Amino acid sequence: MILAVASGKGGTGKTSVAVNMALSVGKVQLLDCDVEEPNAHLLLNPNMQNPEPVFVLVPHINEELCSHCGECAKFCQFNALFVSPDKTLVFSELCHSCGGCALSCPRSAIIEERRRIGALKFGSVGDLELVYGELNVGEPLSVPLIKAVKSKIQENTNVIIDAPVGTSCPVIETVRESDFCILVTEPTPFGLHDLKITVEVLRKMSIPFGVIVNRAGIGDNKVYQYCREEHIPIMMEIPYQRKIAELYSKGIPFSLELPEWKERFQALFNEAKRLVEK
Amino acid sequence: MKQLAILSGKGGTGKTTLTASLAVLARNTILADCDVDAPDLHMLLHPDVIRTQEFKGSKLAVVDKEKCDNCGFCIEKCRFDAITETIEVDPIACEGCGVCAAICPVDSITMTERVSGYAYISKTKYGFMAHALLSPGEANSGKLVAFVRQNAKLLSEKENGDLVIIDSPPGIGCPVIASVTGVDLGLVITEPTMSGIHDLQRALQLIKHFNVKPLVSINMYDINKVNTNKILEFCKENGIEVAGRIPFNPKVTEAMVKGQTIIEYAPESDVTKEIEKIWKSCKDYLGLGNAFLSRNDIYSIS
Repeated sequence: MILAVASGKGGTGKTSVAVNMALSVGKVQLLDCDVEEPNAHLLLNPNMQNPEPVFVLVPHINEELCSHCGECAKFCQFNALFVSPDKTLVFSELCHSCGGCALSCPRSAIIEERRRIGALKFGSVGDLELVYGELNVGEPLSVPLIKAVKSKIQENTNVIIDAPVGTSCPVIETVRESDFCILVTEPTPFGLHDLKITVEVLRKMSIPFGVIVNRAGIGDNKVYQYCREEHIPIMMEIPYQRKIAELYSKGIPFSLELPEWKERFQALFNEAKRLVEK
Repeated sequence: MKQLAILSGKGGTGKTTLTASLAVLARNTILADCDVDAPDLHMLLHPDVIRTQEFKGSKLAVVDKEKCDNCGFCIEKCRFDAITETIEVDPIACEGCGVCAAICPVDSITMTERVSGYAYISKTKYGFMAHALLSPGEANSGKLVAFVRQNAKLLSEKENGDLVIIDSPPGIGCPVIASVTGVDLGLVITEPTMSGIHDLQRALQLIKHFNVKPLVSINMYDINKVNTNKILEFCKENGIEVAGRIPFNPKVTEAMVKGQTIIEYAPESDVTKEIEKIWKSCKDYLGLGNAFLSRNDIYSIS
């Protein structure tokens, strides 16, 4: 089963849930797809192996062949090329690697070359295998790196994916092809508002999902009301406890210090499995 | 016109709470909510929408089934796996690059514009606001952020404004870069957790990369004072000023539930006092001096 942990709003506890669950279910692959700000490794202190660089293809202009006709810039939907009468400029950060410029060039003056955007990192803690991506600072496009992280998914293994924040392209790329998604929210107006947007995205993608209410006890009851009305299962509540917040701040997964949570996370994972098979 | 961006790297550290509070303290400023996929600022500032604009950020491939002869060349050339074996376009995967339309031997594919969200210009009690909402599952949030900032800039010119306050999305990718490029000051809000520290460092690297002056605030600094000291030390070593240390106070969530900023809900609280201090530092950095004091009164009359 591939299970993604997501949330519209940031800081609701995605990483905490993904890590604690991964530590509770035995042999598992944990993928941290928040390549802009990967955090799972901070909670796990894994034994690290050698990283792998990740490249994307970007155009390289052969100025000897280029006639500055401007066809490439006209084709590019992402404004990654600018053609002046005597020079063609490439803004590689904007390039989506579609290859259209090379196709459109009448003089074959464009070849595609590799550009490094980040790295894949690998670690392990006992039975848990961690894969995460780290985007180079200043790189705008995280999707190719997320695809690279997901390419390491092993067949017939339980996989837990820690998704990035928000509801746009990086999140969609992350949860695509997941069997189930757990949405972590908090019982506040911001938490509810962003949860609703994420629910819309998942429904559009036909991915089954359930909700975890983190920091239960703060805020108000509207998240519960919403889930009831929309028939969304609330699969777990994590109370707002100073102990849990303190452990998180120190980078310690709370199920290690509060062992009753280990069973709860196991039960949560099994419940997700049951809902997928249903 | 000066521009101040509130950013964080890590989500949920208090960007929106801080942005809304600064808006209340500043008054007569222009606000830009650049978190276009999960915007929250409107829940504290209650804008009245004056104008709605369609955002056509990208294109979508459409296959004319009558013309298509199922050769599958498009499947082979699409780098985004957006065309299925039965030659259907997956709108979520399609990035609108146009390669399929260009290479189709029977010209059966056309690129159509799609509305991927809406941009709004609104009025709040504390000044005009530019904001937007990306439709669920759409791409190109960076372009929509640029659109919001352009709207904010136009509003500022029209209103002869001194300052635009930008609420950035979390992370350090495309929409964040679009939110912080060219701003005068980047106020990074963090929390004293291991993740908070890690993400703060990457956010600071990002704004340095784009030559934006940094300022740091620590939210809920008292939940882990050891980590707070680590942040203070890190900032000191790197010559970055820490403008404020906001204590943990349940009133912040109470205020949010009431749809108010902490400044309005608990004007005498320790949190309000600290945010006032942060605002003063921002003004000093931006060279705004007393620009806002004199204007306060004018605005409250109008």
